[in-house]
Amino acid sequence: MGLHVEHEIHHRRFGRNLGVGLLLVGFVILVMALTVVKVTRGMAPHAMDAPGGLGSTQPIEADPNAKVTP
Amino acid sequence: MTDLRSIDIPTPAEPSFGDFVQLLKPRVMSLVVFTALVGLLVAPVQLHPVEAFAAILFIALGAGASGALNMWWDADIDAKMRRTMNRPVPSGRIQGGEALGLGAALSGISVVMLWLATNAVAAALLAFTIFFYAVVYTMWLKRLTPQNIVIGGAAGAFPPMVGWVAATGSVSVEACLMFMLIFMWTPPHFWALALFMKEDYHTAGVPMLTVTHGRKSTRLHILVYTVMLVPFALWLGFTSIGGPIYLAVAVLLNAEFLRGAYRIWRREEAVAEADKYKVEKAFFRFSLIYLFAHFAALLADAALRAGGVSFGLWW
Repeated sequence: MGLHVEHEIHHRRFGRNLGVGLLLVGFVILVMALTVVKVTRGMAPHAMDAPGGLGSTQPIEADPNAKVTP
Repeated sequence: MTDLRSIDIPTPAEPSFGDFVQLLKPRVMSLVVFTALVGLLVAPVQLHPVEAFAAILFIALGAGASGALNMWWDADIDAKMRRTMNRPVPSGRIQGGEALGLGAALSGISVVMLWLATNAVAAALLAFTIFFYAVVYTMWLKRLTPQNIVIGGAAGAFPPMVGWVAATGSVSVEACLMFMLIFMWTPPHFWALALFMKEDYHTAGVPMLTVTHGRKSTRLHILVYTVMLVPFALWLGFTSIGGPIYLAVAVLLNAEFLRGAYRIWRREEAVAEADKYKVEKAFFRFSLIYLFAHFAALLADAALRAGGVSFGLWW
């Protein structure tokens, strides 16, 4: 008797693993889709993107009242 | 030297994927999906379809999580009743710890993901719903009071409110009335079932109204809760999500529901037993149509509004 005989348990286990795998793939796709929607609609502005923040592309206005020390 | 053939290894319980799905109570989930979807679609703020899909998915997952926690805690009761003895935990296909683990993990995932997909208020409401069903109802009050059906009904009433809050970010009178519609509908629905499904709640240790207060009292309770349900069902028709379709459906269905509850109240137990609970069974079936039709009518009015139809009057 060979050691590689498929038992009914193996089929059930395979079905379960396949189900979990497909769910995980679906979850990843959903998170990606949500991310795309949130970013393209500007729903989640990051603090760093605010003017003056590290991620900002806007130049920081110079303060005319600021004292310049030599 | 070892002879493997002589060792008789017992086959371990190997749950299938379907067993885990069963743990999430898919029939309850389908009602949750429908009512939450209506709550979300009739709201004045429209979500992006991806956000709406994610919201419904995670609300359903939250409901499934509380179902798994319920099956973990109630395995001892489930094993004693014919209707529930084949559930995955009492039948031994899934270990209690696995059900607990799945329920806890899915609770966390559903709440966090609903927060990320929509807003914190909806996520907090979903977390409260799971807590209410799993802890307040299942662990605390189900085995303590014959009003357990009323309390459990609150957990089932939250989904349309969560759907509404997912879209709008806040609770309003419309969301509260959708909650009240399901909350007040649940007791007559389940007590009618309890009248003709003579389960051994007494052996299982669950104080059902039919056992603790008798069947005559249960009939009166059905009538009283139906009378209290009617104003909430009609009031919803005069809010911003109501409309002529909803109001027409609500008037007709509530009149019929009241008639059914009155007939149940008037019936003698011997007569009911003689005709095999014909009226009670008809009332139970009608209660399913009642709830579905109310929410479908809300959706129909919302579709008309979206199509630019103006109703005038209150709406």
